[in-house]
Amino acid sequence: MTGEHIIFLIVGAVTLLSALMVVTMRNLVHAALWLVATLFGVAIIYTLLNAGFLAVVQVVVYIGAIAILFIFAVMLTRRQAADTGVSVNKNWWAGALMAVLTFAGLAYLLQSWRGFSKTAAAIPSGFDAVNQLGEALTSPAGYVLPFEVASVLLLAALVGAVYLAFNKK
Amino acid sequence: MIPLSWYLILAAGLFSIGLFGVLARRNAVAILLGVELMLNAVNINLVAFWRYGDVTQMAGQVFAIIVFAVAAAEVAVGLALVISVYRRRNTVVAEELDLLKW
Repeated sequence: MTGEHIIFLIVGAVTLLSALMVVTMRNLVHAALWLVATLFGVAIIYTLLNAGFLAVVQVVVYIGAIAILFIFAVMLTRRQAADTGVSVNKNWWAGALMAVLTFAGLAYLLQSWRGFSKTAAAIPSGFDAVNQLGEALTSPAGYVLPFEVASVLLLAALVGAVYLAFNKK
Repeated sequence: MIPLSWYLILAAGLFSIGLFGVLARRNAVAILLGVELMLNAVNINLVAFWRYGDVTQMAGQVFAIIVFAVAAAEVAVGLALVISVYRRRNTVVAEELDLLKW
């Protein structure tokens, strides 16, 4: 049990607990704020995995943009179903059963896989993950085509979102 | 060193919680919150497999970046749809949006 294990256990517990609060909170603004806590936990998990760039992107894009967008949407659609009435539908027990079965199935499948409890090799000295990631994203031998497709997807989503939310009156 | 299994179990738990949110919540915005949790669980898996496999192969991190982009697009379009529906039907409860249901 090293310091890394203890940090992982604390961060993992906080992440799962705030995720539970996200799906059970009646007040959606509170749920969105718990989502911010979950996303922070995931960012710390990325740091533990030596993916510092992804942790920064997680904070900037997910917390800075997506979570704030959620809070905006909650405030724009607030008049009903936000604080009053039940927050889950009448089949919520079936949803809970599905979630538990999914977790059990995943855990069963994973523990039967022989690479399940392997540990990571040390990062080679002089290895710069950010540099490698940038090269992989822009070199034709790497992932430049998926990268460009993602850019086009973002542009299409931007135009589509503006069109959908535009008030024609 | 933390074994890979811890990350995979954490991701499976996060995915299941998100699945519950998607299946059980009534508010459309809350359903999208559940989708975000599921996407984050997938991202933890991708980055964990990158770290525990060959770190010079960047596919895991590249996929995670593309998941970020897709999540941003999904949230932008999804919330625009929710706002548009709210303007027309004055509700965001998923089970009241049954125009296509017989």
